[in-house]
Amino acid sequence: MKITRIALLGLAFVLAPFPNSRGEELLNVSYDPTREFYTEFNAAFAKHWQEKTGKEITINASHGGSSKQARAVIDGLEADVVTLALGADIDAIAESGLIAKDWQKRLEKNSAPYQSTLGFLVRKGNPKGIKNWDDLAKEGVAVITPNPKTSGVARWNFLAAWGWALETYGGDEAKVTEYISKLFKNVPVLDSGARGASTTFIERGIGDVLINWENELLLATKQGADKFEIVVPSLSILAEPTVALVDQNVDKNGTRAAAEAYLQFLYSDEGQNLAGKHFFRPSNPEILAKYAAQYPNVKLFTIDKVFGGWGPATKKFFDDDGVFDQIYLKNN
Amino acid sequence: MNSSALPEDTGHRPIPSERPAPRRRLNRRVIPGFGLTMGFTLTYLTLLVLIPLSAVFLRTAGMGWEDFWKAISGRQVVASYKVTFGISFLAALTNAFFGFIVAWVLTRYRFPGRKLVDALVDLPFALPTSVAGIALTALYAPNGWLGQYLYPLGIETAYSRTGIFIALTFIGLPFVVRTLQPVIEDFDKEVEEAGASLGASRLRVFFTIIVPGLVPAMLTGFSLAFARAIGEYGSVIFISGNKPLQTEITPLVIVKSLENYNYPQANAVACVMLVASFVLLLVVNVLQRWSESIGQARS
Repeated sequence: MKITRIALLGLAFVLAPFPNSRGEELLNVSYDPTREFYTEFNAAFAKHWQEKTGKEITINASHGGSSKQARAVIDGLEADVVTLALGADIDAIAESGLIAKDWQKRLEKNSAPYQSTLGFLVRKGNPKGIKNWDDLAKEGVAVITPNPKTSGVARWNFLAAWGWALETYGGDEAKVTEYISKLFKNVPVLDSGARGASTTFIERGIGDVLINWENELLLATKQGADKFEIVVPSLSILAEPTVALVDQNVDKNGTRAAAEAYLQFLYSDEGQNLAGKHFFRPSNPEILAKYAAQYPNVKLFTIDKVFGGWGPATKKFFDDDGVFDQIYLKNN
Repeated sequence: MNSSALPEDTGHRPIPSERPAPRRRLNRRVIPGFGLTMGFTLTYLTLLVLIPLSAVFLRTAGMGWEDFWKAISGRQVVASYKVTFGISFLAALTNAFFGFIVAWVLTRYRFPGRKLVDALVDLPFALPTSVAGIALTALYAPNGWLGQYLYPLGIETAYSRTGIFIALTFIGLPFVVRTLQPVIEDFDKEVEEAGASLGASRLRVFFTIIVPGLVPAMLTGFSLAFARAIGEYGSVIFISGNKPLQTEITPLVIVKSLENYNYPQANAVACVMLVASFVLLLVVNVLQRWSESIGQARS
């Protein structure tokens, strides 16, 4: 019968993504720039797990904008582990009850196995003479950064600029706000994510300076060394992409042991080396030293120290009618 | 030849001879299967349209009036309504005019490559809108093929309201063309010829015979293009620049609210868009009926 055949074919397509139904499976829900890193890391972990337990494991990864990914998990995507750009996004999942509230204390280094920071990318020869954060607010400079309302890195960018200004103006919030306001007047396009902003700057030729993840900039200069150069500001923020296992989902799937091992493996020498290879900063100081040459030397501050963590920072700056909204309401 | 991308709700026949005869009440319908198909239609529409849409209203119902009003009346939100509805209107208007010319050429003239041009019209339907957005941005950016000539003239195309207009015009075009084509095709040439033989100038034939016959279909095409433009997201965000209060469209405001875990606001703004679209479509429908009845009274 024709219909039966079609139905069987349909069934085959539905089942196709699960060829290895005997082995264990983990779903890692992550953000955008980790794509290359986790591809390699997942293969390494599968090998490690096989050697240790003799069992096969398949790791699936999903990548996208950090808060979009968090929302997918809240709405029912059955992630075993989440490895996101901001602690705030994992906080939001914890808020829904899927993850224990104290998740950040469960792993070493605040649950941040690798770190990153931000830098500037300018056009070859640095025609606008951009050296530091104050140059971004000067007239005639076009700055590319994504929208902090929709992008994780854009929040880091905003907070880094704010933190620099706080120190420079001796904590005078009025002056800091004025500086940030001028900076955002110089932003001609607010893309929705990190990759989009890179495209606008690199492909479309818009803007004099791009603020983005260190690993994204290193990638850009690797591909177009004759067109761009990296500028390191005097002060920047230590970005700590955080990881957690999703308690309710691992208990339901019976994958807690594997998920725990997976996250611990991020801290192992092998995991740390892979992070370094993909331009993240390993949190293990010894391994970081090995890769030190590739990272610009920059003074870093943490979000906890200057802003008291993501909770207060989000509320003050990025919520509705927060500082970011106010800047645009006043600029227009 | 009319690719059947549009439902056939547009076959307004302004020619009186096609008016149906007065109906008599019949106990049994001529075409069998009414109960079954009607039941299917209702279930289908309920599952696909009614339930998802009512979910938006239900989710909003949890908010108090005060919160609701606050969520939909912020300065940024109001500015985005102006951008979305204003530019969509302009784009649909532009399409109504130029789409008419395209439809006219495609139906009234025979020329080599006509089928190819005809197929091109459907491209905006088929293309994923984000692809359209990326392609248009690449064209109209300051270093793009077209942008490099436009920017020196002071015309900022990408990352401005002009960019949004371009994207919305692009996606709306087939709606007008595909609505007008069958109507132009169905025109009785004899009526035009009769007019001409009675001494009417070409302009007069055009304005007194053709235009009145086309208005209802034009309105339908316009409203479809307009409705489509209001909801467009994918192509616009690439070319608009997304600056709050200036080039931010309402669908982006909704996405932004979601990204900030502000579900109530996202729902409230979605509600406003739903109601606005519904009212607009209703108004256009009424206008269309009215112009149809005028058209019929005339002929």
